Amino acid sequence: MNGKRLVYLDNAATSQKPNKVIDAIHDYYTQYNANIHRGVYKISERATEEYINSKQKLADMVGASSIEEIIYVRNTTEAINLVALTWGEMNVKKGDHILISQMEHHSNIIPWQMLAKRNDAVLDYIELDDNKAGLSEDSFKEQLDKDPKIVSIAHVSNVLGSINDVKKITKLAHDRGAFVLVDGAQSAPHMKVDVADLDCDFFALSAHKMLGPTGIGALYAKREVLDKMPPLFGGGDMIKSVSMQTYTPNDLPWKFEAGTSNIEGGIAFGAAIDYLDGVGLDSIRKHEKKLTEYAIKSLSEIDGVRVFGYGPKETDKRGGVVSFSIRGVHPHDVATIFDSDGVAIRAGHHCAMPLVTGVLGQGSLSRISFYLYNDIDDIDKAVRAIEKVKKIFKC
Amino acid sequence: MPLDIYAEDILSHYEHPHNKLRLKDFDASFSDENPLCGDTITIYIKVSNMKVSDISFGGDGCSISQSTASMLTDYVKGMLLEDVEKIDYDKIKELLGINLGPARMNCAMLPLKALHGAVKAYKNSNKATEK
Repeated sequence: MNGKRLVYLDNAATSQKPNKVIDAIHDYYTQYNANIHRGVYKISERATEEYINSKQKLADMVGASSIEEIIYVRNTTEAINLVALTWGEMNVKKGDHILISQMEHHSNIIPWQMLAKRNDAVLDYIELDDNKAGLSEDSFKEQLDKDPKIVSIAHVSNVLGSINDVKKITKLAHDRGAFVLVDGAQSAPHMKVDVADLDCDFFALSAHKMLGPTGIGALYAKREVLDKMPPLFGGGDMIKSVSMQTYTPNDLPWKFEAGTSNIEGGIAFGAAIDYLDGVGLDSIRKHEKKLTEYAIKSLSEIDGVRVFGYGPKETDKRGGVVSFSIRGVHPHDVATIFDSDGVAIRAGHHCAMPLVTGVLGQGSLSRISFYLYNDIDDIDKAVRAIEKVKKIFKC
Repeated sequence: MPLDIYAEDILSHYEHPHNKLRLKDFDASFSDENPLCGDTITIYIKVSNMKVSDISFGGDGCSISQSTASMLTDYVKGMLLEDVEKIDYDKIKELLGINLGPARMNCAMLPLKALHGAVKAYKNSNKATEK
């Protein structure tokens, strides 16, 4: 990038893709392009098989009991909206409470704001703790006393990198009769997730943040919960039979997948999961923890730089996301100067305005975020880019 | 991207912006923001004889949005409203005298969007017909 080797440090936005994933898309279109669930001919059968295999791989990776619990959607955002529009419509009525937190991405705020508005419900927030790193337990318990119908929480914050104890949150929420949705967009790519162990009712993720293509993501939900939910979209594939006035919905998971699916996306997602399995999510987590610790230490040592979230000794509670500010310099300018050194980072409010501008009181922030292909040298390059920023802005 | 975007005159406008205040007496104002980064710009204009007789701006943002606002407000002082309305993307590039990528051009275009909004607000107000 700009004549330099690309140092890609914007993995919380999207990941790079291995050849294996790109090849899977190419192979589908050149060798067995056909619609799924329909053709009684070889290539259609192969496409169907590969698509279903991909779901099985994902079910195995996240600990779902079967592919019936894996709904393919466009992304995490669509998964959360699907829950708000179906389960939410059925279960959240006038005066009911919905509980989210102050560190949510807009995708886990707006669908609930919209639901609250439609049904006259109340949207509550769990506050951050005093260090502005994790969630306040007191605040959570206080909000739980309002008996929310659903608690929807990010597993890992896309701004602070904080890992929320969603297992504990789920247990406490279930004890009060609330359902739980975990936004796994920033966790599923980077650490072993076991939905059975978490016991959450819903878990949402995006393929493009975990080596897969854009336009495909998944909603995991417990089978008994999905059984009671009405379909969101009507059309082909989501039905068993249709008469002039009525229809019988298809079995899970197809009940929630109307119309021709993103077949290439599903198949390539399967290839991405194979790749992640090959490396091992535990190794990825270990690698990123090391990078995160080194990054927090290196950045904190620079005069005028402030790092947000947990410190270098608390990387057990922190994923590979490091947001920072440089005194006197706007993050957009920071990102442009990084770009001139071939280093790609994110600058802005990170689709989490209530957190960034509200709670942290920053107009915007700069953010570096890691993945399995990053190394210590990438962080050293980021540090050199910060020195360059300070030189240009004389600060 | 070449770093000429941090040329001395741009940084100087950023560090010492011109016309950055709120006019005590203005005929119209308009605020706009960049949803990507949250930069905000408000433009205040005073109009006489369908010309911009005075102008100022407020808001927060990066060096590009702030320095463009500084240069643009200098540039349009005394200009006919109809000419202000004709200022476009290319003119902003010319004012800055540098090549920005598409993402940062959004920062540079923010003050112009606010300025056009203020002219429109003026034209839609009673003041335009009174004068």
